[in-house]
Amino acid sequence: MSQATDTVSEPRGQGGRWSRALQFLMRDAGVALALVLIVIFFSLTAPYFATTENFLKIFVQIAINTVLASGMTFVILTGGIDLSVGSVLALCTVVGALIMTNPDIPVVLSVPLALLGCMGTGAACGWINGFICEQWKIPSFIVTLGMLNMASGAARVVSNNSTITGLPQPFVDFGNTIIAGVFPTIFLIAVAVIAIGWFILRFTVFGRFIFAIGTNEEAVRLSGHSPRKYKIAAFTISGLTAGTAAMVYLLRLNVGSPIAGAGYELNAIAAVIIGGTSLSGGKGSIIGTLVGACILQVLSTGLQLFGIGDNFKPIVIGAVIVLAVILDSYRDRFLRTLETR
Amino acid sequence: MEASIDPGRIESRQRAPLEPASAAPNDPILRLTGVGKRFPGVRALHGISLEIERGEAHVLLGENGAGKSTLINLLAGIYIADEGEITFDGRPYRPRAPTDAYRAGIRVVHQELNLLSHLTVAENLLFESLPQRHGIVNYPEMNRRASGLLAQVGLDISPTTPVERLGVAQTQLVEIAKALCYDSKLLILDEPTATLTSKEIERLFGILKRLKANQVTVIYISHRLHEIYEVGDRVTVLRDGQLVTTRPLKGLAIADIVRMMVGRSIKAEHVFREDVQVGAEILRVEGLRRSASLPPVSFSVHRGEIVGVAGLVGSGRTETMRAVFGADPSFAGRVLVDGTEVVIRSPQDAVEHGLCLLTEDRKNQGLMLGLSCVENITITDLAKVSHLGLLHRSAENSAASALVRELRIKTPSIFQTVRNFSGGNQQKVVVAKWLFRGAMVLICDEPTRGIDVGAKEEIYELLWNLAAAGRGIVVVSSDLPELIGICHRIVVFARGRIVGEMKRPEFDQHRILSLAYEEFEVEPSH
Repeated sequence: MSQATDTVSEPRGQGGRWSRALQFLMRDAGVALALVLIVIFFSLTAPYFATTENFLKIFVQIAINTVLASGMTFVILTGGIDLSVGSVLALCTVVGALIMTNPDIPVVLSVPLALLGCMGTGAACGWINGFICEQWKIPSFIVTLGMLNMASGAARVVSNNSTITGLPQPFVDFGNTIIAGVFPTIFLIAVAVIAIGWFILRFTVFGRFIFAIGTNEEAVRLSGHSPRKYKIAAFTISGLTAGTAAMVYLLRLNVGSPIAGAGYELNAIAAVIIGGTSLSGGKGSIIGTLVGACILQVLSTGLQLFGIGDNFKPIVIGAVIVLAVILDSYRDRFLRTLETR
Repeated sequence: MEASIDPGRIESRQRAPLEPASAAPNDPILRLTGVGKRFPGVRALHGISLEIERGEAHVLLGENGAGKSTLINLLAGIYIADEGEITFDGRPYRPRAPTDAYRAGIRVVHQELNLLSHLTVAENLLFESLPQRHGIVNYPEMNRRASGLLAQVGLDISPTTPVERLGVAQTQLVEIAKALCYDSKLLILDEPTATLTSKEIERLFGILKRLKANQVTVIYISHRLHEIYEVGDRVTVLRDGQLVTTRPLKGLAIADIVRMMVGRSIKAEHVFREDVQVGAEILRVEGLRRSASLPPVSFSVHRGEIVGVAGLVGSGRTETMRAVFGADPSFAGRVLVDGTEVVIRSPQDAVEHGLCLLTEDRKNQGLMLGLSCVENITITDLAKVSHLGLLHRSAENSAASALVRELRIKTPSIFQTVRNFSGGNQQKVVVAKWLFRGAMVLICDEPTRGIDVGAKEEIYELLWNLAAAGRGIVVVSSDLPELIGICHRIVVFARGRIVGEMKRPEFDQHRILSLAYEEFEVEPSH
């Protein structure tokens, strides 16, 4: 904040301390506040919600979606969308499982190789998405819809349309490890991915370009930069996180399956949107995405504990997604009036 | 064939016939009394009182920004007047939306085309009253009627052609045909001939004459002063949002019209600064052609020099500057920076060589409105404030702060989003971002558009300081007094080429305007 004071300025209505506090609450802490409220609500009303086992369960369930959604955040921030992450994840689980179950490779080698295989496959799929979008100026919706099908088909071909089991025991054990009594390793992996994403978006030139392109791609172009490489990189990152999510999937469920990840892309998009990232790009945060993923899972678990059946749950969650976006638009309008007042 | 079709008889299913309320046949069809319109910071129209006679062709003239478009948009129901009364056809007329204008019998053919490009010509022509039965479109009937309309404007195309396959001139004629399709009482044409060839123009004039014979009133806007005599009865000249005069065209010389259009006199404030030394040539554009069919354009800028670019909107001034900057592709030509030939294929190349473009459309092309002041400034050269891809925040902030101070950008903090900035401050942020990149040649397209007077002076001063520091500056502007006030040289664009150039002591608003309107040019044959 020290820089703010040394600008020459004629302060033009920033509002008072209250207004600024309100701005912070609305802009930066709004979603987190919503999460806290939901958690408190369920803790007070739903039996067994506020138990270690339950939180542990939530942390386990949240990991895959969080990793997928972190990469998705990059793509959505540039104004694109990636529908292919679910089936890219499936392809990657198959690749990873095949490497790990290959009897010719020792475990010490096979696990890192599998990690490399997963991330490489994912990144390649993501790069192809981005390249096609940019080279032929095709909307990412279409391109990644194509990739969704292609990766899914590739997963079937590679796996011979069967699930692959028998992952090495140390790997399975690692996936089941719980640290400090409540944090499963896979959750910590997800948090690490979020942290890396946060760092990239906040502290790197690349991150700045992601926001700039999402805000006004033409202005970036006319400022003497080619948005192309940054947009392709965003898709590559999304593919990379899909590969990482595949490893998390293998750690959690211990099978590589060509039908894994069906519909995951929609959960990932929902987490990003609930987290306050704008579908038109340029506005949002990856911490918001983590919170968004938490909200989705907490709601799901809480409703279950309430005894609301699996049939009704999607209705509530669907409504929450739409509600989040409606609230977001109000928040924007409100913030704008605060800023200009 | 053509003569047998009478626009007055074309049936309209769209609106129920409105009986002219109390209008006697020789009452004016349109009467404006003290009409005005304000936009934030600008008084676009002020105290317009005007009467348009039934069945006349009334020509509306004025420089860019004189208020012609605002006036038309008021009549079309796109803008709502702030003050004044309008009577149309004997009734008070207060359109709130374009449909109100249609219903009253007013049709506008806008300069920018508004057709649905994926639909066919026939569908576009009859879009508002598709021949139908029980909701099922009667295509044969639709195409038959469309053919009739097309024949009227002399367009020899099939009514089933999708509009996107038509050329600009053909599309323009379809727009006109569409306006004819409804028996409008008042037809407003905004520069209908800008894209037409002389043969098409002749045909258009034929149509207009027939319309006049049928008591249809026409308001006609054109920048081609030679042609208005063909169709016009009377002329109204606007200047700075005010009405200068309304008089019969007969006996009025083009020179007189230009004199009436010439804007306000030059204010003392932006007096030219003599102390700045003009140095060596910094930018030279030779034989630049935007496409094979356009003439080559050449001009140059020196260090410390401000070169003005005058011309009407659409004369190729903006387009040429964008091509120089690599924002749009160019077909041929050489660009020399500091005497060395450079290849510019993209804005990236241009920026590499020290060029920059301050676009006409600040908000959509110059700025990232949702981002902060500092983010907007440093985007041009993040390498300068980063190491191994990591942003060096404090360096970034202090560099931006220094520029904010230097250019006197008024903001409580460099972290404010630029969306909330005033026009003048936004423009300064754009200048700041290019200074951050170290640009040596600034091409400024309408740098003071939409900026209030005080801030304009600041921008002029800023440009002068930049010139004094040895930069070369190009200012494209529709505001002639502005150019005359600050430039060393002015080049005039018309129809995609440079039609004149003059140096400081020879500046003459009248001459520049005449050149821009091509008074001294022989009408090029098509």
